[in-house]
Parts: sequence; C-alpha cells; structure tokens
Amino acid sequence: MAEFDDPTALVQATRRTYDEGYRVFDSYSPFPIHETFEAMHIEDRRVPLLVLGGGIAGMLAGLGLQVWVSAYAYPLNIGGRPYLSWPMFVPVTFELTILFAALAAVFGMFILNGLPMPYHPVFNVARFAEHASQDGFFLAIEATDPKFSHQATRAFLRGLGAKEINDVAH
Amino acid sequence: MDLKPAYAPPPPVIAPGHTFGTVTEQVAAIVLTRRHPYSWFFGLAIGFMLSMVLLMSITWLLIKGTGIWGVNAPVGWGFAIINFVWWIGIGHAGTLISAILLLFKQDWRTSINRFAEAMTLFAVACAGIFPLIHTGRPWLAAYWLLPYPNTMGMWPQFRSPLIWDVFAVTTYLTVSLLFWYVGLVPDLATLRDRAKSIHLRRLYGMLALGWRGSARHWERYEAAYLLLAGLSTPLVLSVHTVVSFDFAVGLIPGWHATIFPPYFVAGAVYAGFAMVLTLAIPLRVMYGLQDFLTIRHLENMAKVMLVTGLIVFYGYIMEAFYGWYSANRYESYMIFNRMTGPYAPFYWVLILSNGLIPQLLWMKRIRTTPILLFLIAMVVNVGMWLERFVIVVTSLHRDFLPSSWGMYWPTRWDIMTFIGTIGLFITLFFLFIRVLPMISIFEMRTMVPGAKVRGGKAH
Repeated sequence: MAEFDDPTALVQATRRTYDEGYRVFDSYSPFPIHETFEAMHIEDRRVPLLVLGGGIAGMLAGLGLQVWVSAYAYPLNIGGRPYLSWPMFVPVTFELTILFAALAAVFGMFILNGLPMPYHPVFNVARFAEHASQDGFFLAIEATDPKFSHQATRAFLRGLGAKEINDVAH
Repeated sequence: MDLKPAYAPPPPVIAPGHTFGTVTEQVAAIVLTRRHPYSWFFGLAIGFMLSMVLLMSITWLLIKGTGIWGVNAPVGWGFAIINFVWWIGIGHAGTLISAILLLFKQDWRTSINRFAEAMTLFAVACAGIFPLIHTGRPWLAAYWLLPYPNTMGMWPQFRSPLIWDVFAVTTYLTVSLLFWYVGLVPDLATLRDRAKSIHLRRLYGMLALGWRGSARHWERYEAAYLLLAGLSTPLVLSVHTVVSFDFAVGLIPGWHATIFPPYFVAGAVYAGFAMVLTLAIPLRVMYGLQDFLTIRHLENMAKVMLVTGLIVFYGYIMEAFYGWYSANRYESYMIFNRMTGPYAPFYWVLILSNGLIPQLLWMKRIRTTPILLFLIAMVVNVGMWLERFVIVVTSLHRDFLPSSWGMYWPTRWDIMTFIGTIGLFITLFFLFIRVLPMISIFEMRTMVPGAKVRGGKAH
C-alpha cells in the first residue's frame, strides 16, 4: 500500500498502475475523485439497474395492492362507481414506486460494496486507519493480483512517487 | 469610466486558506472535542422542557379524548391539521436543498445540506404526531390507515386523499432518512477514525459500516446518491401536492381550487427556507462556522425565499380573484368573509408577513445582514402558520347554512401540543448538532481548492 500527497498524485499513480497491467488494486480517498474511477476503468451499472427493478416492483406492488383491495377483497359499491377506478390509484402507486426504488438504491449500494464489513485488513496500516477518512490518499495493490510480486510491486510503487509504502498485514 | 464586468464569478463557498485537514478538524471538533457553548445547554433545556409539555398534553388527550381541543361543529379541522401542514412544509426545504440543488450542481448547498436534511427529518417527525393523535385514539388508526389483513376483513379506502397522505408522508420520511444516512456514512467513518475513546470509536464504527473510501465504493456510492436525489425530487413535489389534495378534493369554498398543489409546494419551500435560515444564522455564530456558512449562502437562501414567496403571494391574489370570478355566492362570500369577517386580522397579518415584509429581500443590503434576515425568516415562519390557520378555519367556520355558523378558538391543550412539538423539534436538533457532524465533511473536502485534480482531462 502506498500513500500519496494529494488527489493529483493519486490519480496519476492509479492511471500508471492500471496501465502497468495491475487489476486487483484499489485507490482510497477521503472524498470521491471521478478521475480515479476513469483511471481504474470502473463501470458498474448494477446500482441503476437495481433502482429500475425496485421502481418497477414498487409500481406493481402499489397498483396490485390497490386493485386487489378495491376490486376483490373489499369492494365498496358507492353509487355504482367502478371498482377499478385506476386514476385514484396513481398517488399511492407513485409513492410506492419511489419508496421501493430508493430502498433498492441504498441497500443495493451497500450490499454491492460488501458493507457492513466489520473487519478489513487495510485498517491494519496505522497511517491508513488515521488518515484515509480525513486527508490521506492511498493506493493498495493486492497480493492476489496475478502480476503481484513483493519486490517488483514495491519498487513500482516507489517509482510512482509514493510518500510512504507499507505492507498490509492480514 | 469604471466598467464593471457583466458577470462576476460568485464568491467561493468556503473561505480561503482551508485544507482537507482544517475542514475535517473544524467540523469534527464540534462533535468530538470542543466544549459546547452555554447557548447549546440553554437551547436544549428549553427544548426539553417544552417536549415534556408535549408529552403531558398527549397523555391528557389519550385520557380524555379530543374534547379537550377546540374543534367542534362546524370547524372539525383545527390545530392538528394546521400544525401538520406547517411542519410538513418546513421539511420540504431540506429535501430541496439536498436533492434538487444537487441535481442542478449548486455547490453552495454542500455546507447546508446536512443540517437541512436533519431539519426535514425532525419536522416530519413533528408533523407525523398530529395525524397519529388527531382522533385521540391512535391505537385504532392502524386498520384504517395501513393495509394489513385484519380479523375484521376491512381495508383502507384508497380513493381518499387522506390515505394518499399516509403513503406520501411515510415514504417521504423513509426516503429522507435513507438520504441523510447515506450522506452520513463517510463522515461517520471520519468520526470513527478521530474519536479518542474506544466506546465512541466502536459506536461510530458500527454506524459507519466499515466504510473505507475505496474508489470502487465511491463510484457506486455516487451513483446511488445521485439516483436518490433524482427520486427525492418528484417525491418532495408529490408530498405537498398530496397534502393540498386533502383540501382541494373537498367541496368547501376556498379549498376546492386547482391552484392548491403548486401554491402549497411553493409555500412549503418558502416556509422551509425560512426555517433553515432561522437555524443557520444562530448556528454559524454559536459554533464559529462563518467560513463554511458564508454570507453567500445566506443571500442565496434569501433569494429562494423571495422567489417562492412571490409564488405564494400570487396564490393569495388568485384566491381572491377566484372568489370574484367564480360568480359562486359561497366562494365570493368566503373571500369577503376572510378579508372582513371575524378572522380578518389573521388574514391581514398573513398578507403582511408573507406577502409584503419579505419584499424587503429585494435589497441586497438586507439579504447580506444576518440579523435582518433572521427577523424576516421569523416573520415568514409565523406567516406560513397563519396561512394554514386562515385556510382551514375561515373556510369551515361559515358553513353553507347560517344556522350552522360558528367560531373556532384553540384551547390551552391545542396550544400546548403545538408548542410542545416546537420543543421536540428543538430538542432533536440540538442533540443532532451534539452527536453528528452538522456539515457534510466529505463534501466540504471537495470544495477545498486542493481537491481539484490538476492536469488530466476533466470529467
């Protein structure tokens, strides 16, 4: 794991790491840096898809509930008006669409991110545990990367101009 | 001749000289290390005492029933709905700031969104109390509000705006809570890493869910956050629209008007921004946050208030116009009675405080003087409450037949319940600023000049 001074250095290092052929690595920053996403070629469309799915599920649930209640389970004949008065079902359908989509967005995001995660080895690095959430910019190449070799990777990180390099204990 | 440029870039949203470290330090210290000002204890004490008043008045209500309130025929809707609409409206500014301004990339929202969202949650919580207790028998409310299979085989009436309200408000509360919590997670991680005591570290650690700032996480996080903002935007517009349907679907003169949804939504944003200013102006002085809550923030909020205030004022003018143009004797009598009848003073104070006094905001000097802005915000808070009082009471107290005319005055229990919810709001808000960062730290970091990646292509 290497630490860098500022966002610019981190982005450059991330770009070089990707170009060097490393794939199992991650960059850590105290706020989102869009350039790192590009540098790592992250393209995850699953959150938006989950939201779409949640929204459709919410719409069907809302509409289904109201149709079932008003036309089958508890039909009330009020002056011969239709049981399936769908325009009156729009507001609740709309609200449930939003509700399910929002729940899908939040829980989907946390689950895809593997959170909550009570333990992660990166926190074993003292500098990381103290600064990653405040003003530290880190890049960690994982040992499971096919290209990883303790000596070569360390030398590579040094070449990127890292401020400090640490091994992450498991 | 001195030529001014036609467009000067707006002043920065954060005072110069800040780094990632100082921003983190200054906001996190409020929660973790700094001594709290006496005004904090004073405010919490007042809020706590008033919350006790709320508990007492609810207890008495549950023992005696709604007979302790001033509602009766013909005015069957009194303080409960007035306060409900007032509180729900106040909540709207939080969502507007956090969602709509995010979508419009208004970066000045960053320093106000966290506590505005908290304000939304607490205001909606206060609002929710009234529909729950308004029958005096809240334990019976479950089966006519919530669709669940019960032994009576009964289901809610989905064609009623009151049921729509239940769905709109609970969805609004849930989504606001999610939005707020998602925004908090990276900041909770910061607090976890800064806290000195092991208990605090564990507590914030649990709440932070093990957030570690990985780029892969940030990418999904931003996608989810943006989508939540996109979902909250139509949601917030729908909530007060549905609230206005409670009135507009009824056939009461003064309520049955198509202008209600937009007029209510604008009123909600207006009231909400007034409340945000009411909270922000003392806070920035109490905690020395002038670097983050700059005059530019206050001025922008004042501008939003001015615009929404004008929409609301247009609504008042249109109501009067309808009364005349409808050629309906009940409609025209309603507006005539509103202006000259027994509740006329309320109406004219309303026009003064929501329509006329806020016109002072046209002057830049007033928009940039915190104390004057605070006073105007207070006037608008009162004005928006009066608006709901006038709408509810003046339409109801003159029924269609003069034989069923009457008057409505709140009893001491009505007033104590209302003041009690203000106490609850203050208590929750003061506790919030004590235990959670009131400004979004990680978003403030992106405002620091050093956060921009130099070279490389812009995204």
